[in-house]
Amino acid sequence: MVTFWVALLAISILIYLLLDGFDLGVGILSLLPNSEARRRAMLGAIAPFWDGNETWLVVAGVILWGAFPVVYATVLSAFYIPVIFMLLGLILRGVAFEFRNKSERSRWVWNLAFGGGSLVATFMQGVMVGSLVQGLPMINGEYAGGTFGWFSVFSVLCGIGLCLGYALLGACWLVRKCGGAVRDLARRQIPVLAIGVLLFLVTVFSHALLENLPILHRWIDRPYLFVFPAIGAGAACVLASSILRHDDYWPFHMVSLIFVMAFGTLALSFWPYMVPFAITIDEAAAPHSSLAFMFWGEGLFVFPLMLLYTATGFRVFKGKFTSAPGQY
Amino acid sequence: MDATALLLSRIQFGFTISFHIIFPAFTIGLAAWLTVLEALHLRTGKQVYQVLFEFWLKIFGIAFGLGVVSGVVMGFQFGTNWSELSKMSGPIQGPLLSYETFTAFMLEASFFGILVFGRNRVRPGFYLFSVAMVALGTTLSAFWIMINNSWMQVPVGYVEQNGVFVPVDWLKIIFNQVAMVRFVHMLLAAYLTSAFCVAATGAWYALRNIHYAEARVMLRMGLFLAAVLLPVQLAFGHFVGDYVHDHQPAKFAAIEARWHDEQPASEVIIAIPDEATQSNRYEFKIPVLGSIIASMSTTSKEVGLTSFPPEDRPPVLIPFMTFRVMVGCGLIMLGLAWFGSWLIYRNRLQQTRWLLWGIFFSFPLPFIATLAGWYTAEIGRQPWVVYGVLRTAKAMTPFLTAHAAATTLILFAAVYAFIFSFGIYFIYRLLRAGPVGSLAAVPTGAVPNRPMSLADPTSVSQRHFVQPGE
Ligand code: HDD
Ligand code: HEM
Ligand code: HEM
Repeated sequence: MVTFWVALLAISILIYLLLDGFDLGVGILSLLPNSEARRRAMLGAIAPFWDGNETWLVVAGVILWGAFPVVYATVLSAFYIPVIFMLLGLILRGVAFEFRNKSERSRWVWNLAFGGGSLVATFMQGVMVGSLVQGLPMINGEYAGGTFGWFSVFSVLCGIGLCLGYALLGACWLVRKCGGAVRDLARRQIPVLAIGVLLFLVTVFSHALLENLPILHRWIDRPYLFVFPAIGAGAACVLASSILRHDDYWPFHMVSLIFVMAFGTLALSFWPYMVPFAITIDEAAAPHSSLAFMFWGEGLFVFPLMLLYTATGFRVFKGKFTSAPGQY
Repeated sequence: MDATALLLSRIQFGFTISFHIIFPAFTIGLAAWLTVLEALHLRTGKQVYQVLFEFWLKIFGIAFGLGVVSGVVMGFQFGTNWSELSKMSGPIQGPLLSYETFTAFMLEASFFGILVFGRNRVRPGFYLFSVAMVALGTTLSAFWIMINNSWMQVPVGYVEQNGVFVPVDWLKIIFNQVAMVRFVHMLLAAYLTSAFCVAATGAWYALRNIHYAEARVMLRMGLFLAAVLLPVQLAFGHFVGDYVHDHQPAKFAAIEARWHDEQPASEVIIAIPDEATQSNRYEFKIPVLGSIIASMSTTSKEVGLTSFPPEDRPPVLIPFMTFRVMVGCGLIMLGLAWFGSWLIYRNRLQQTRWLLWGIFFSFPLPFIATLAGWYTAEIGRQPWVVYGVLRTAKAMTPFLTAHAAATTLILFAAVYAFIFSFGIYFIYRLLRAGPVGSLAAVPTGAVPNRPMSLADPTSVSQRHFVQPGE
């Protein structure tokens, strides 16, 4: 039971990361100077998807609460400020997407809300991951860091890194979904962003070495973990060559693969902890009666249906969107 | 932990949930009504039903979207501000909320796409099915959330182990009488809300002498439905009151502003309860009626607030007043709905302009009644968050500072005020324009998962209107 719910949680977070990653990324890119036509095409490329994508955040959130209440309570309360800023960012971005088209004079406000909301939400997510990696200040399984316990150079770095990462994912999505000038611009952005992400990874790694973060010991104990970065590096090479070949299809898949590998690396180096080095999976798990109740209904039956629906949505809208898709 | 952080968290929760409930209260009923319209259209083939359907679908889209974004916030607030509660009751509330997300999300998200996009792609029967599924989704969502909240009001089916509430009997947690009665009370409130909004829109057009056919249908359907549902709602209100009487006597005493035990008890109709002197000012009360309402007897003894230790008493003024506001709104609506239906029956509503004005201005009443009902239930439950087991003060995140809570509260207020005013403005614009022409094609610009795209002017202008003789 516990394993089932850890797996489902991990899958939901991963799906969220990849799906909302690309549309938040497009949102971040929309902040760069753009013509109205191009901005419209960019938004059109994520229009049918973003709302469904975001719901995976709710899915992950409620699995966490139902199956691992202690982690839900600890993490959300420790990240009080980042979580609320993330939520506000997501709200602004969600309504801006819709209201933009109904306004003429105030359109710039909604453009700003859309891009700014995406940026803030992404940055906060990165900060949270960063401070989990670094290790939250915990005493006897209770958070003890105060309002700003999550704040550090390292976590801010991770926030910036995730913005670059999502933007990279977003650019690859645009290359895949759009044509013409939008695609060409996005293709030129990819190398810049990719190099940015690489630099970021190097910085994070050397920072971790300097600070001697506990998570590094995991790596020494578990050398097999290096498989993940190795596959990631392979994906990066394919990415580079596909960009050079002007291929539109592969970049997105390769960047996704890099994200999956990064996620796998993190997840396995946390294992068996959920909040690193303070709360283990077994300590956090809800009583059996709760897990079983969730398992026999939503776990077994509803979850597969949700996957099916998501896949169908993407199939219906496969291929490139030509000419101002979605009439934005 | 300091007291002000607690107060700010309570205000923040109350504010964000009040904002949220405005939209579900409207969309739950509207989704059901859209289903009815679509079914009627299929059965009778009458144009007017389709015109109304397309028109209200646009408004539904905006309200639904605002409901979704404000709901996402709610799902995380338990963890941010009420971490002790989340830890302790997570094994029960978490699974319930996850069922809400899984089942309601499934239905709403899958079928909303078809609702918006698929008119021309699926057979009419299947389209109707999709509308019904969206309606079912919103209803299920209300079902799970009412179970969830009812467990906090009357906790059952659990044991406490190491400071955690462990569920032992899910059937009891889900299908208990309190939850069922409250679910119906809430569902009826939502249906009444939609009925009155629809009728008020009809009255508005009737007053302006436009959209005559649609206005007629809206007035008829809205008022008839309300006329039937209101007595049922008042009866269920009484049943809800029974549970409060049996399980939460302190709340009951506060609602009745009864300070001392009385036998037989009188019913305070209106007064200003004063907590400092533990008495009522400007009191008007009817002897014995209190016992009749509470226990269906003329001799029963009813407890007063002073029978509870001060630390277990809820605030009195707010639940007392909000309860009366709710019942008052219900009675006014009853009068409007019955009188209006009678005039429709006698074919005289069009001429009775003062009543049309009354119906037009009545659309806020169900919203006010719904909010007032929730304030009665939630503030009357204080000082407990899980009734009788966990105090609100102990449920809060222990290290939350007043500073952090104040900052986020101000931000929420600013952002919500901003999006709310624009959302209302866009809905107003749509309502003002009214249903225009008969629609042949669904806009190509609308896409699934983007509920609000229906209301874009771009897509509206692309619509292809059927010309006479076409
Ligand atoms: C009786 C009705 C009712 C009440 C009291 C609540 N909700 Fe709600 N909620 C709905 C009825 C509803 C709905 C009708 O199902 C919504 C509105 C629009 C929508 O899409 O679903 C919704 C949306 C909605 C969403 C977005 C769902 C999505 O992504 O599709 C979330 C996460 C929540 N709600 C969570 C909550 C929480 C945590 C609540 C209490 C603390 C709460 N709601 C009170
Ligand atoms: C949708 C209609 C609702 C409204 C308008 C509403 C209103 C309120 C208000 C005004 C408060 C503050 C009370 C006070 O502190 O004096 C409150 C508190 C609270 N409510 Fe609700 N509520 C609603 C639904 C719910 C639901 C469905 C749940 C749970 C599933 C819930 C859980 C809570 C919690 C946890 C608190 C904070 C702790 C407390 O003060 O008791 N509420 N609500
Ligand atoms: C004679 C009329 C009515 C009576 C006696 C009545 C009674 C009650 C009582 C006692 C409560 C508090 C329940 C609790 O503490 O949990 C309540 C809550 C509520 N009422 Fe009413 N009510 C009436 C009419 C209405 C009307 C007309 C509406 C809306 C259109 C409405 C909507 C609500 C809502 C939304 C709640 C909060 C949900 C709940 O606690 O179940 N009520 N009602």
